[in-house]
Amino acid sequence: MTDHRPDPDALLEELKREEEAAQRGRLKIFFGACAGVGKTYAMLAAAHARIREGCEVVVGVVETHGRSETAAQLIGLEVLPLKQIEYKSRKLPEFDLDGALTRQPALILMDELAHSNVEGSRHPKRWQDVEELLAAGIDVYTTLNVQHLESLNDIVGQITGIVVRETLPDNVFDAADDVTLVDLPPDELLARLRAGKVYMPHQAERAAKNFFRKGNLLALRELALRRTADRVDAQMRAYRADQAIQPVWQARERLLVCVGPGASAEKLVRSASRLAASLHADWIAVYVETPALQRLPGEKRDRILKILKLAQELGAETSVLSGAQLPATLLAYARSRNVSKIVVGKSLRSGLSRFWKPALSEKLAQQAEDVDVFVVAHDFFEREEDVSRKKQLPDEETARRQRIGFLAALGGCALTTLITAGLLNYFDLANVVMLYLLTVVLLAIRYGREAGIFSSIMSVLAFDFFFVPPRFTFAVADTQYLFTFAVMLVVALIISQLAARLRFEATVATHREQRTRALYDLGQELASALTVQQIVEIGMRHLDALLQSQVMLLIPDSSEQLRPASEMPPQIDLGIAQWVFDHQQAAGHGTNTLPASPALYIPIKAPMRTRGVLAILPSDKHSSLLPEQQRLLETCAVQIALALERVHYVEVAQDAVVAMESERLRNSVLSTVSHDLRTPLTSLVGLTTLLEKDTLTQHERTEIAGIIRHETLRMSNMVTNLLDMAKLQSGVKLNKEWQLLEEVIGSAANATERNLAGHEVRVNVPPELPMVEIDAALIERVLVNLLENAGKYTPAGSTITISARIESGMLAVSVADNGPGLPAGMDSRIFDKFTRGVKESTTPGIGLGLAICRSIVEAHGGRISARNHEPHGAVFTFTLPLGSPPAAKLES
Amino acid sequence: MNEAPITLVVIEDEKPIRHFLAKSLEDAGMQVFEAENGKRGLIETATRRPDLVILDLGLPDMDGIEVIRRIREWSNLPILVLSARSQETEKVNALDNGADDYLTKPFGVAECLARIRVLLRRQSGSAASQQVFQFGAIKVDLVNRLVEKAGEAVHLTPIEYRLLSTLIRHAGKVMTHRELLREVWGPSHSESSQYVRMYMGHLRHKLEDTPALPKYILTETGVGYRLKTGE
Repeated sequence: MTDHRPDPDALLEELKREEEAAQRGRLKIFFGACAGVGKTYAMLAAAHARIREGCEVVVGVVETHGRSETAAQLIGLEVLPLKQIEYKSRKLPEFDLDGALTRQPALILMDELAHSNVEGSRHPKRWQDVEELLAAGIDVYTTLNVQHLESLNDIVGQITGIVVRETLPDNVFDAADDVTLVDLPPDELLARLRAGKVYMPHQAERAAKNFFRKGNLLALRELALRRTADRVDAQMRAYRADQAIQPVWQARERLLVCVGPGASAEKLVRSASRLAASLHADWIAVYVETPALQRLPGEKRDRILKILKLAQELGAETSVLSGAQLPATLLAYARSRNVSKIVVGKSLRSGLSRFWKPALSEKLAQQAEDVDVFVVAHDFFEREEDVSRKKQLPDEETARRQRIGFLAALGGCALTTLITAGLLNYFDLANVVMLYLLTVVLLAIRYGREAGIFSSIMSVLAFDFFFVPPRFTFAVADTQYLFTFAVMLVVALIISQLAARLRFEATVATHREQRTRALYDLGQELASALTVQQIVEIGMRHLDALLQSQVMLLIPDSSEQLRPASEMPPQIDLGIAQWVFDHQQAAGHGTNTLPASPALYIPIKAPMRTRGVLAILPSDKHSSLLPEQQRLLETCAVQIALALERVHYVEVAQDAVVAMESERLRNSVLSTVSHDLRTPLTSLVGLTTLLEKDTLTQHERTEIAGIIRHETLRMSNMVTNLLDMAKLQSGVKLNKEWQLLEEVIGSAANATERNLAGHEVRVNVPPELPMVEIDAALIERVLVNLLENAGKYTPAGSTITISARIESGMLAVSVADNGPGLPAGMDSRIFDKFTRGVKESTTPGIGLGLAICRSIVEAHGGRISARNHEPHGAVFTFTLPLGSPPAAKLES
Repeated sequence: MNEAPITLVVIEDEKPIRHFLAKSLEDAGMQVFEAENGKRGLIETATRRPDLVILDLGLPDMDGIEVIRRIREWSNLPILVLSARSQETEKVNALDNGADDYLTKPFGVAECLARIRVLLRRQSGSAASQQVFQFGAIKVDLVNRLVEKAGEAVHLTPIEYRLLSTLIRHAGKVMTHRELLREVWGPSHSESSQYVRMYMGHLRHKLEDTPALPKYILTETGVGYRLKTGE
């Protein structure tokens, strides 16, 4: 049996809780039965005690309601100024959450935990402000009346007759670190009330007087005491579990409540919540969307969403399932989640139909022997309300379609009657019935259930009137026909029902197929996306189409700040999006945080971290997303998140490769540079020490000075090359001007004159060459490098020829020599950085010259190549694009 | 020579360069005053009244161009600028602001002395006053506006002649595109430097033996032109 072994999930949860608790602030609730018991007073007294201990206490909000005793307690406390929030052109004071977070006190006092904030605040409820304060590590003292607890809300309403609108989710209360009960016997409270010591709002004075009856007060006191006792009980258990006083680990009970579209769903959820609380069980609220339920009008579906949200506030986990058969889907889910108890509402059907079609509870009980099924009763008035709801007019579109359906049914029956009348000579009456049934089937398939039912009835009537003797009356001669009518009607009704359902399911299937297709397309496109930008574009395009809303995908930059997208509609607030990104919680329209915002913001959570925020701006401002849209959105968000994560890691991998590559290059640079700089430096040091000697002849001195000069000039060249390369790599800006190539060649030849003293340089440039638009200094550099190269790799006395010609629309310039030529296979590699024809040769240079040439030529839009030519020697050729030089103004 | 020795001010922040310059110039019989920054240099120039200033463009305390401007406020003594290669725009800027010539680092003593001599001679006005100017096989009669190459007359267009005579007037010194445009086309002309290049090309074809490997009309890439005479 697993019962004796600690539940690992529970242990993990415990650990997680402890970890979070270590950073979170502590919440202490001063809990009372009703107003006037002295909660605020008790809270302030406790705060003073803490101040005496040296704790830093700040008053966030405290309502003194003009009571002098309470006001006196406020003296000596730092009170945080309230923020003015503009609402409907009025300025209303409200708690300043950001101010408090900036002030960061050790303890803050927040009166009336269930208070609703002024519209326009960050959170609609004060308890959400408190949550944020706690998350920021600030301790909070607060007050609460029992009637504000969500799960007790309806009971309190029944007892006192006053419905309280401001409620607090039970899980907030349960999660509080401390609850202190502030208790006052009803008689004393009433005495205080008579003495005017209890605050009452003026407009509600009478209602309040009704409220403060002894019976009410007793009941409320009992509720408060019980709730506190429950808490103490739970603490006792937790303590025992901690101390392993009784090593009994029971598998946790799970309770599942199935909500439907009916008005009684709210009560069902509250009952389930109380049941779960008394059983100390986790509970799940689900809504199963069957094809039949998908037909519901939008407002009813909205209601279901609201009920699910209520369940969430009461501490439930919620889920929307979809399946064809309600009981089967529900049970499958229940089994997958280890649910031991299912709660359903009592069926509203009466007598006969219940016999005809068993209630959900019965079906569940039949199909699942291992699960307890609880049935919750309805309130009578709620049923009334439900019926009245049904009578509401259907929306215009449905009404129009129904009208067409009825007309078609009428027409169809008439047509069948006409055709049959003509064929009556050949037909038996039984076949006439068949024809009518066929009509019903067709009509039901085409126009749905209502038209089908209508045509069933019309068919029976027409059959009776036109064909059953005596004809043209509704009277029936042979009573046998009455039976025929009955069977015909029943068959027609069943057929029409089935046909209509078939049609509906086909529509649903097509719908679903379309959605699957869309998801598949999205997935496929995302799979081929290579950049974040592509993913953003793909995601937005698909979601726009799927949700028929404006969707923005916001991606953070490297400093975790969301970047505004281009063409962002003004309704989308980057601040909210950033909050969503930072807190990894949805916000905006239809959520608990900033619900007044027109757009919905959803974090895109990938396995490793949040990768962005989806902002959805619905085309219709009031509609929230339907369950299937929500599911679709979640699926899309997950796909987008995964794609973003994939791209992120691809980038990381690429960066690593680039880093490795540049590391390798750096090593090669360092080794070549250090070798090539150190060699001449060594000889320079040696030569200078040699110069210091007195024994040298003047001739020797001159010779040494000559070598020193030569070596240093070489080094200077090398450094120039390195600097040039660095400059070119950091992105060179070409200083292009119209130049005569001849002139550039001339200055290059002039610059290399000294180095090429032993060589013969020939120039073969036709004088009619047009001007070219180039950066003369850089092209000169190319020529100088090529000339020096030629000088370096050819023996003295060789000939170097510079020639230029126009070749396929480009200006081709080549530098040819008649030396030994290039080593085999080096033709293209020779232009790579730090590559030299001959490894570690005594020929100086670090292999940068040609790489610089290539960079410069390519920056000009040309190409450079090298090859050997006959009989021997190397040719380096580069091309430059020919432009249209400005027309020369001739001298007049 | 019994005249007073030639005096120079060297404004250069790098001590080794300053010293090597001073040593070699003194060896050549000149008197050298050193300054390690722009401010000091301006004071030295004003008090010593030198014949020539050698100025490094990269000074720690002030912009070299600014030093040129300050000197030009009161004197037109020759200024030789030292600069690193690949700073063509800086060189042009210095020349256009009144510097007379430049030397690219690293440079040799011989090169430096040659430049100094050219500048000093030009200052004394000897080149400009000649009636006939000769370089290589080319003979230019500046009074009669006649150009001969190896004894044969060369026909030049008016602009070509003006270009040549301008180069002769500043023989040995670099002329920027802007200076040439101003002197040849006149101050009101706003022709672009490609015209200078084009006419310079024509001139070379008429005067040089191998226009692509010129011996006299040299291009200082990115800066301008220099007429190289005998030395």
